[in-house]
This record gives sequence, structure tokens and C-alpha cells, in this order.
Amino acid sequence: MKTFRPRFAIAMVAASALVPLAACSSSSGSGSGGGSGKTEITLLTDSADTTVKPAAAEIAAFEKANPTITVKTETRPGGSDGDNIVKTKLSTGDMADVFWYNSGSLLAALSPAKTLVDLTNDPALANTDPSFLPAVTQNGKVYGAPWGTAMGGGILYNKDVYAKLNLQVPKTWAEFESNSDKIKASGITAVLGSFKDTWTSQLFVLGDYHNVAAANPSFATDYTANKVKYATDQAAEKGFEKTAEAKQKGWLNASAGSTTFAQGIKLLASGRAAQYPLLTFPVGTLPPAQAAKIGFFGIPGDDASTNGATLWEPGGQYIPKTTTGAKLDAAKKFIAFVASPAGSDAYTSAAPPTGPYLVKGYSLPASAPPVAKDLEAYITAKATTPALEFLSPVKGPSLEQITVAVATGQTSAKDGAAQYDADVTKQAKQLGLPGW
Amino acid sequence: MVIRSRPEEATPVGPRGNAGAGRSTRRPGRTRSDAQNLRARTYSYWFYAPAGLVYGLIFVVPTVIAFYYSLTRWTLFDSQFIGLDNFRQFFSEQSLVSGLKNTLIYAVVTSGLKVVLGMVFAVLLTGPIRSRGFLRSVVFFPVLVSTVAVGITFSMLLQPDTGLVAVVLSKVGITSPDWLGNPSTALLSVALVDVWKGVGLATLIYIAGILAIPKDYYEAVDVDGGGAWTKFRNVTLPLARPATFTVILLSLIGGLRSFDLIWTMTGGGPGFSSDVIASVIYKQYQAGFFGLATAGNVVLFVLVSLIVFPLFRYFNSREVES
Repeated sequence: MKTFRPRFAIAMVAASALVPLAACSSSSGSGSGGGSGKTEITLLTDSADTTVKPAAAEIAAFEKANPTITVKTETRPGGSDGDNIVKTKLSTGDMADVFWYNSGSLLAALSPAKTLVDLTNDPALANTDPSFLPAVTQNGKVYGAPWGTAMGGGILYNKDVYAKLNLQVPKTWAEFESNSDKIKASGITAVLGSFKDTWTSQLFVLGDYHNVAAANPSFATDYTANKVKYATDQAAEKGFEKTAEAKQKGWLNASAGSTTFAQGIKLLASGRAAQYPLLTFPVGTLPPAQAAKIGFFGIPGDDASTNGATLWEPGGQYIPKTTTGAKLDAAKKFIAFVASPAGSDAYTSAAPPTGPYLVKGYSLPASAPPVAKDLEAYITAKATTPALEFLSPVKGPSLEQITVAVATGQTSAKDGAAQYDADVTKQAKQLGLPGW
Repeated sequence: MVIRSRPEEATPVGPRGNAGAGRSTRRPGRTRSDAQNLRARTYSYWFYAPAGLVYGLIFVVPTVIAFYYSLTRWTLFDSQFIGLDNFRQFFSEQSLVSGLKNTLIYAVVTSGLKVVLGMVFAVLLTGPIRSRGFLRSVVFFPVLVSTVAVGITFSMLLQPDTGLVAVVLSKVGITSPDWLGNPSTALLSVALVDVWKGVGLATLIYIAGILAIPKDYYEAVDVDGGGAWTKFRNVTLPLARPATFTVILLSLIGGLRSFDLIWTMTGGGPGFSSDVIASVIYKQYQAGFFGLATAGNVVLFVLVSLIVFPLFRYFNSREVES
């Protein structure tokens, strides 16, 4: 036996630093509520205020209607950190009995066939509007019911500034350009960037999908089948050009790189910024007086006749396969309640709706903020398209970094689009999609 | 003149062969070969077994497995062997090229500044100054604060509209740049905060190194009529070399694998401008590209080894010599 060589030992110590994979799965208590006949289920939601408050309201209303069931909540962070937690919890069998999560492409990444309870034709979905189902369907099987409202993705604008400068809601990109130039000339930030929260940088690309689909109705299917690319499709690439244009034309706020989303929405409400490419949901966090000042329009395209908005479907409520027996029944009751008119009322009581609920027989109350009404008008006019992420499982995870790089002038629009295509290819391979 | 004294009595420790207390008289009559001698003097290798088992299970096995998984495209449920595709993909990524460059810049900048500032502070704090103990704790204090807390605090302080730094600078008539939001300053801003946080440890190591230098050498310089600069240049600097090596090595390794501060302050942004390898890998894990991220870890491991081992050997050889 040779002597143990210290250099080898050091190599091993250094190597060990590579492996921080400490799987910590706590044993989930399977104690079923004792002898009192009460069933306790858990609900996992993200930790945003806009989710936690309505979740509490839903639970209060639900427990009142179903006294034998108690619901406890757990929270997780939002964004990609949250995605990680959801995936880990599912794969270690540690998931809550019900969880609220995104629908569309993010659902596909959870391998629902292996991890989630199939809810196809389940009575729990009796009140769900059928238009929601494609967003939670994988290989012909339905896995979720909606929670919360649909949202618009486009431009939030300050109505006071628009009125003061005598501007009209733009129907074409050229009108948007001239509006923005006028706003800039008046000394107000024309386009607000909040790239510290990177996800907010994607709206010019993702929110432009209504225009992409107007130019090429089969884009989503072709895109999933790897037949069209952002960099080579003229209509699709425009989203990246629009992202770059805000910086080139000087519309963007100077401190866009370190502004957070919470600061951004305040700047918009205060009238120091006029237009903010974003989803409509943050308006719900504002006090009603401020929310009343903010309107919404879809990202304009080239043609006024096809003007419309891109729609984000509500998130889905899912039940993991680890929920069984009495808990499964209780969990189904709970999701059915949330996706019903009574559940929608409970939701509205805690958070002002920023878009329509996809629940049969329920329409927005008169007190809903203007963004919700603006979006509802697009829906009534049948001028909405679901965002690409609800039509195709393919969505690259780095889009938010790429759009920040484009929006801050580090990358050209063309390069950004090509980088995103490469990013998407990786994702499609990881998902094992055919044709990639 | 400097006295390069290397007194012979400085090595009073004789060969350790005679230190085998309590063993030598057992069988005095028998002559033993060298090999037997060695065997008798060392413990059985079985004593390593418990530690080796734990170490193997927790560190060696996962490392070897990681090397295998870097050759697959895996999810938490299954894996598919794809050869070197992950590495090809990893090296063709745009974020990697900038990440690699940023990692090196970050490591060199933080490590360099820590060496220089650490030495300056240490000389200052070992000198005859007032409230030395207090100042020492002040310098060391940031080391104790959680990195994430430091990151969040500084991203508030450096905010260009409302942050304290901008407010103070505007009082002096300077318009503060968007420290963390501007692609060209983001990485360096984070590196400076890293130095602020880490320089205390470097100072501590240097203080220990400087205090270990015998007083005689300084007295000798006094006798020769040398000033403070001579003392520093010809005594402190060369004799604190082991401390310098330790500081360089520690801060370089730290800089190469740095992640937490960058992540809390910029998240690798804006865009990819402050991405380092560790944050690129983190984002890949986050996105569910597990195979790719594992390959990235292997690359990081190789990179750190390639830089640190030669350095380590070089420093070791120099240390023996001096």
C-alpha cells in the first residue's frame, strides 16, 4: 500500500465543492386529521401578495361552505426559483395536496403525465370555461382548473398623461412611435424599463404575439414543429426590434437597468412615466385611486385593422399523484370551488380583477379597474390571441436575459432573436420534442 | 544593508526518528529493516476507513457520478446518454464566453485588491496607532455579515435615483452612474463590494503573518539606519510571503467560484454582462438543463484546478525555499 498523497486529497476536497446536491426531503406527515372526521389538505401558492391574499379569501369562503375540510397554505417564491421548487417537490413526492402554478409551457416542464392527477371530464371542472382547457392539456389529457383571472400583456399607460398631451391609444406601431416621441419631448419617461426584475423586459416580444399570429396564423404549430424561427420570420423578429427601439430612440428611463418592477409600477402611477410594457396583473396591487389612472392597450402592429391584444391565460390548479383517498376528494372539491362563480367572488373580494375570470356565467363587477375593462373590450371584440407560451410547449428560459441585453443596447435585435432561437432549441431537446 | 540572517540554530528540531517514545525499548536485541521500522511506526491504514467511507460516500461517489451525468441529458426522472454534446453546447454558448471572461476579471480584480488592501490595513493595524483593537474589529466586521444581506443592502445603496451613494455624490455635484444597471460598470461594482466584504479576512491573515515576524529583523534595520520603507520592503514584504500566498490562493478560489454576491446584486445582468460561470451554471439548473449544468460544473472544476494547482505547487515550492 502506497502512502496517501496529499495532492490527491486536495484534489478531492476541491472536487467535493462541485457537488452541492443535498436532497433534503422531509417526510410529509400522513396523519389524516385524527378521529374528528376533518380532512386537512395543503395548498402551495407563490408568495406574491397578489396571490397570497386571494388564496386566503378563497380558503375562508371554501371552509365556510365545507366545514369538514381545512386547508393550510404553504408559499414558494415566484419566477424560476419557484419553478425549481415545484419540480423538486413533485419529483421527491413532497408536493402539497393542491398547488397553484402556471399553465401553458411551464406545465409541460412538470411531466404532468407522471406527476399530476388526470382531471379530464372531472366534475371539478364543471364551471371552467372551455377556452381555458388548451392551456392545461397535455397529450389530450386535462390536468388543471383555473385560478385567478386572465391577463393582458401589452402596454400599461397613464391615462392622465395621455389626456394632458392629447394622445390617442395607438392602433399601429407608427402611432405608438409618434406618441412616444411626444411624451419624451414633454420630459416624461416615454417607455419605462425595470430590468432589475428581468422578466419585465420580455413584453415587447411576448406581447407582440397577437401581431405575429395575425401575419401567420399557423405560427404556433409551425414553431412547435421547428419550422419557423424568430430570427428568420419577419413578423416574429419585430418583437426584438421593438425592444431595441425604446433604447435607440431614447424613450427608456436612464436607470432602467436597476429599476425594480415595484418601483416601475409606482413611477407609472405617479405620472413620471407614461407607458410601461407589462402584464396587467400588477395594477391589482395599487390603491384603487391609482389603479383608476392606468389603462391598457395591446402592442400595436403594422396594420390598424388587425389591432388586438395578447392574452395570458389564468394559472392552473393541479393535484399531484401523491394526493390520495379522502385528501384527493377534498382537493377536488377545493379546486372546483375556486373555479366557480362563488370562488371568483371570493377572489375579487381580496384582489381587484385585472382581467376576466375564465369561469362560466361570471362577468366582471362594475368596480373592476380600467385595465380589466380594456382587456374585456378586446375579448368582446374577439381581438385577442393567447400568448405563444399557451399554444406551444416551446419557450426558452433565457428570453428575459436576452431581451435585457437587447433593450440595453448590448445585443442587436437580430442577434437577440438568433440567440433566443438557440435557447429554444436547448429547451425543446430537454423536453424531448419530436423534430428538434 | 539588509541582514540576510539565517541562523543555524533556527532549525533546532532534529530528525523525528528519536521521538518514538515508549516503543524503542520493547525488543532491544532485534535488528529491524527500514520497512519494518516504518510499519512499526505508523498506524494501520484501517484507521482511515471510517472517515474514508463517509468521505467516499458523500464526496467521491457523487463527483464521479457527476462526471457521468455531464455526458447525458437528464431530468429528475430519466437520463439519455448524448456523449460530449453538453460540452459542445456549453462552449458554443454566448453567455459562456462572456461568463468565462467575467469570471477571470472578477477573480483577478477581487484577489488583487484584497492582497494590496489587506497588506495596507495589516501594516496599519500592527503599527502603533490609537484604538487598534477597535479598528481591527471594524475591518473584520463585514466578513461576519451574511453575503446575501450585503448584496441586498448594497443594491439599495447603489440605486441611481434613491440610493445613498447617488445622493451623497450629487451633493458633491457628481451624477452617479447606474452602478449595477449599466452593463459596463455592473461587474466591477459587484467586485468592489466583494472586496469590501472580504478584505477583513485578508487583513486578518496578514496581521497574523506580520506579527509572526521576529522583532530582531526590524531592530537590525534600525541598527543599519533604515527607515520605515526599508522595513516594509525588505522585512515585512518578503517574510509575510506565506500570508500573501494564502490570501492570493483563498481569494482567487473564492473569486473563481463566486456566486452569491453576484446573484443577489445583479442576477448576472443586465443581460449577461455580469454573468460568471457559476451563475451561468445556476441558470441552467434553474431552466432544467441538468445535463448541461452538470457539464458546466465539470468545466468549472477543471478550470479551478488548472489555475489553482499550479499556483499552489509554485507557492509551496517557494515557501520551502524561503
